[in-house]
Amino acid sequence: MNLHPLAIELLQFVLLLALAPAFAGWVKVLKCRMQGRSAAGIMQPYRDIRRLFGKDVVLAENASWLFRFTPYLTFGVTTIVAGIIPLISVDLPLSATADVIALVMLFGIVRFFTALAGMDIGTAFGGMGSSREMTIASLAEPAMLMAIFTVSLASNSTSLTQMVTVMAHAEFVIRPSLAFALAAFIMIALAETGRVPVDNPATHLELTMIHEAMILEYSGRHLALIEWAGMMKLTLLFALGIASFCPWGISAGGDIGSLALALGILAVKLMVGALIMVLIETGLAKMRIFRLPEYLGSAFLLATLGMIAFFILE
Amino acid sequence: MAHTLAAQINSLLAALILLSAFALLAQRKIMGLVHIFAWQGFFLALSTAVIGFASGEHHLYISSLLTLGMKVFLLPYILYSLVHKLKIHRDIEAVVNIPTTMLLGIVLVVFSYHLTAPIRELSNLMTRSTLAVALATVMLGLLMMVTRRHAVTQILGFLAMENGLFFAATSATYGMPMVVELGVALDLLIAAFIFGIFFFHINTTFDSLDVDQMAKLKETD
Repeated sequence: MNLHPLAIELLQFVLLLALAPAFAGWVKVLKCRMQGRSAAGIMQPYRDIRRLFGKDVVLAENASWLFRFTPYLTFGVTTIVAGIIPLISVDLPLSATADVIALVMLFGIVRFFTALAGMDIGTAFGGMGSSREMTIASLAEPAMLMAIFTVSLASNSTSLTQMVTVMAHAEFVIRPSLAFALAAFIMIALAETGRVPVDNPATHLELTMIHEAMILEYSGRHLALIEWAGMMKLTLLFALGIASFCPWGISAGGDIGSLALALGILAVKLMVGALIMVLIETGLAKMRIFRLPEYLGSAFLLATLGMIAFFILE
Repeated sequence: MAHTLAAQINSLLAALILLSAFALLAQRKIMGLVHIFAWQGFFLALSTAVIGFASGEHHLYISSLLTLGMKVFLLPYILYSLVHKLKIHRDIEAVVNIPTTMLLGIVLVVFSYHLTAPIRELSNLMTRSTLAVALATVMLGLLMMVTRRHAVTQILGFLAMENGLFFAATSATYGMPMVVELGVALDLLIAAFIFGIFFFHINTTFDSLDVDQMAKLKETD
């Protein structure tokens, strides 16, 4: 039985909305195990979101419409991105509306508004967080584009579905360019999602926090939406990496059997990916913020080397 | 395009050699530099052996073994013991702006790609595309010699340049004649000893291996 492309699209939205907290929970469980603590369980993020939705919103007196609008924008744009990155099938109608460059821009919009909202209230922490986030973003974004462009070069397209189709059916060739691009992508993804060498997602330690500082003033359903969007962003960046670098097993059409198989393969890939990320996070200490330009610079260098290697060696 | 497995492995190794050349530019710690240099030699030896296997030029096995012995074990060991004797193994060099050096490095890679483009057209060896990487490694070694201030790191830059030249020879013409290669290897060994003696002298005279000190004419400031 074949599913209609729109049904696949819908399925993908539901999957991502429903499973992103579970994925975030899985990462937390792994991290706890790795550090010898006992974990709260995979379901904890769902409970957190429900608790936050039940609470009242506390707004600062001088909060403008920007502050109230940002959580909805963040959540909405992240959901749109969820419809663009092929998770289980390449037959996505929405995917034709945006290529990789637009995708990076969508993430950029979210970051822009979050930074504005961080400064809106006028507290010191919000401004500090926004300024740091934008510093990191200005260095991370070109590197992210470079890494993705290398894959685009290998598949002759910037459209994600096209990239996935080409990469999934390419014969096995050792490609140094893609290895470099993957290394750069992992480094950038750690920075984009605020994981350990760049930012620590688990603390609210005043002087080191970056992302948490921007959203410090949020509460109630606003915070729930932002947290949920954050979990989706984490899952989506993993999905983007999987789609660009190892899309094997993704379904080409809407056949239910192959969709189920693709879902199983995706789950395994996500679990392994999370394990790798947790290993990196546990193995490294958080970097001093003034070392970050060097870290992101080397990511950019790796991505550029990948691109150069594509021209020179392939 | 010869997309045989050997050519693919060779281009992977070429990419790793290029990466290690950039890692040399980025590394601050002297012991870290020695380790990266040893890795570069290892990739070089491996690549020489792969080219030797694929092209049927069996004298390349000998130069591969020579490279392995010299550049992976002997030279790093000499540098290692020197660094320990001179008690500079904890030194972290103050390098001017690593990101800028990196960007310069990328420009050099693109430049060498353009420079070797005509040779790519002429040659029909399977290694012709790695020639650009070889030239880039030479350039990056030169860049390292120019931008670093510590005598030991300058020598490492020089040795990295030699790695690049060796790689250029294997990728352009499947290696130099055996006599030349033996001669170069011997020269390098002797050069390493002379460097060692010089380091000692510089260190005892100036109390430091920072070559900026040598520009001073007076003993006191």
